[in-house]
Amino acid sequence: MTTMTERSITTQVYRVYIKATPQAIWDAITKPEWTERYGFGGRVEYELRPGGSYRVPTTEAMKKAGAQMGLSTPDVMVDGEVIEADPPRRLVQTWRMLMDKETEAEGFTRLTYEIEESSGGVSKLTLVHELEGAPKLAALTAGEREAEGAGGGWSWVLSDLKTLLETGSRLAG
Amino acid sequence: MTDDDRVFKALADPTRRFLLDRLFARDGRTLTELESELEMTRFGVMKHLRVLEDAGLVVTRRSGREKLHFLNPVPIRLIHDRWIDKYRERQVSALADLKSELEKEEAG
Repeated sequence: MTTMTERSITTQVYRVYIKATPQAIWDAITKPEWTERYGFGGRVEYELRPGGSYRVPTTEAMKKAGAQMGLSTPDVMVDGEVIEADPPRRLVQTWRMLMDKETEAEGFTRLTYEIEESSGGVSKLTLVHELEGAPKLAALTAGEREAEGAGGGWSWVLSDLKTLLETGSRLAG
Repeated sequence: MTDDDRVFKALADPTRRFLLDRLFARDGRTLTELESELEMTRFGVMKHLRVLEDAGLVVTRRSGREKLHFLNPVPIRLIHDRWIDKYRERQVSALADLKSELEKEEAG
């Protein structure tokens, strides 16, 4: 094909079916008592209204590990702003990873969670991450740095979330 | 058919694996773009994409007038976590090590 169809798509799309209600999935994304139980952990702080703030404070375990490596750990690991909150269906927000200077410099990306009821008590969770101008973060969220110990990205987080909601325990648990 | 059955069935075809590889290389493509890389009718490519979509391996999104196809890696991750990890001999402590590694990396 000609170069007319060439474009750089920097959006990542993830979808998972979870045997849980949309409300249970919404809670697992927005409530700290849930977010500390899967993925990277951390007690999320959401102001669920347009313009509201979003933060994931660095956990004690992360700080301790950072100190052992002689690194100064930021107090907040991820931050952003809520753009749209329509519980338990749709959440749109900005998202910036502060774990290192490179991802911090890439700035805010856009994240959308869509939750739809499917059949048989199953819900469909779709996560769309728009990563324009954020190649370092895109590599991280795609799980490309898993071998270095940086986690398997959104696939890993969503797989862990599914396991937690369906079995009550984590993959590692 | 279970979700896993659908994923294994979808992966058991070289054309469909080729389509996934193309999307892995560059995500968010139209049917026309994907079709141009295969010696196959448009209808044939559509049928393969349909199987991949039913298995959850491809997710489509509208962008203006275009329908874009995205690779969804989560079903493969789920199979990895459920089937492949299970048969790898590893101690439980390896997972604890992984957790501390991840947290170290995050803290970095």
